[in-house]
Amino acid sequence: MDLSAYPLELPKGDCPMVRFMNVTKSYGSLVVLDNLNLDIQRGEMVSVIGPSGSGKTTVLRMLMTLETINGGVIYIDGKPLTHMARGGRLVPADEAHLRRMRASIGMCFQHFNLFPHMTALQNCMEGPVQVLGLSKAEARARAEELLAMVGMIEKKDQHPSRLSGGQQQRVAIARALAMRPRIMLFDEVTSALDPEVIGEVTEVIRKLVAEHDLTMLMVTHQMGFARDISDRICFFYKGKIEEQAAPEQFFTNPQKERTQQFLRAVKDAD
Amino acid sequence: MTFDWKWDFALEILPRLLRATLNTLMAAGAGYAIAMVLGLVFALALRSPWHLPRAVLREVLEFIRSTPLVVQIFFIFYVGPQVGITLSPWVAGMTAIGLHYSAYLAEVYRAGIEAVPRGQWEACRALNMTTRDSYVRIVLPQALPHAIPGMGNYLVGIFKDTPMLSVIGVTELMQAANSIGSETYRFLEPYTLVGVIFLALSLPTAGLVRLGERRLRRKLGL
Repeated sequence: MDLSAYPLELPKGDCPMVRFMNVTKSYGSLVVLDNLNLDIQRGEMVSVIGPSGSGKTTVLRMLMTLETINGGVIYIDGKPLTHMARGGRLVPADEAHLRRMRASIGMCFQHFNLFPHMTALQNCMEGPVQVLGLSKAEARARAEELLAMVGMIEKKDQHPSRLSGGQQQRVAIARALAMRPRIMLFDEVTSALDPEVIGEVTEVIRKLVAEHDLTMLMVTHQMGFARDISDRICFFYKGKIEEQAAPEQFFTNPQKERTQQFLRAVKDAD
Repeated sequence: MTFDWKWDFALEILPRLLRATLNTLMAAGAGYAIAMVLGLVFALALRSPWHLPRAVLREVLEFIRSTPLVVQIFFIFYVGPQVGITLSPWVAGMTAIGLHYSAYLAEVYRAGIEAVPRGQWEACRALNMTTRDSYVRIVLPQALPHAIPGMGNYLVGIFKDTPMLSVIGVTELMQAANSIGSETYRFLEPYTLVGVIFLALSLPTAGLVRLGERRLRRKLGL
């Protein structure tokens, strides 16, 4: 792959928080993402929607470095994430580089992935103590503050098996925030939840949008929620961005045939 | 030929057999300790990203599992000195048993580690944890309860295999019974007692292992 066309760093000033530049991801002959170009601005909340298999979750997983990419470069705050500069050119990132870059990204998963052998509080202290090197006392103070923010302080000494899905997901959000990320990724965080507890998780995300200066990327099936809180909607179809627009524009006046079909299908399902 | 069991003879040799039982327990315990540590090292090495060492190790472990323990004991004890490694019967025996069972425990650990959902690894990565921390803090504690039943089976297995150490003269239970037999020409009582002692120690072990597994699961909140 010829990387000489890609800058070692994006120009300072108004560079986006996240830039996907010609990013391609494939498994064997199956192309999941085809030459993706996407910028996300500082503090922006972008919702990614689309039919299953459209590559939307892969976008998040690549950003979290859970997946490697087959082409292109991803930049975080102007610096390459998937690559690093060596001898004046870009080479694939090594683990040390990935660890440095990952520090600014946090992620919440569809199935929460809390550590089952730790209490809610321990889940939120693990990263700060082991990775950031905070003292137990500092980590505890930060974790308790965040658990209070997500309304889980009363359950802080419970193990995940004793918590409902909605409660687990709120702990998972607190756990991710405890690492002080600048970018938060939400991968279908309400998809595994019972309908009656979805609200408690979306409330927390609303609060984040309102009160924190985070850049957020969210994959979701909840159109109403996406419309409410997003700055922009990206509609993925077959590994490409078919259409993107501000929520009002996107939902009231979709331009593309595929988008209209998708929105009709979703509306019928409701 | 009559089947005449002599209680007074049995009681007379019992203390000697029980003393030898202590050696058997020590051999089993030491061998198991070696196997547990070595097995974990092998299990982790089998998951390392380096293809060639991994493939070599896989073949070596397959070889160890596919050849009889008693051959390995003989080999280490008698062939060792020819290449300059002279070990006492105890050390040679522990090495052989520990190595042999580590090959089995490596598989048990591997299965336990693979039973931990992939999402746990992804959560570790999202928290920017090192691979080492991910194993030590997150994955291994969850793998352990999965591994305990298999580990318990091999604990009983290793215990039952200790009589093989008698072939190189380790004074364990079987060796003691052999000596008694050759001194007195009575075999019924010593070998029967050996069987009874093994049974009495093996049976509760399985129960204890199950109890240990339940306790551990509860302690880990699983």
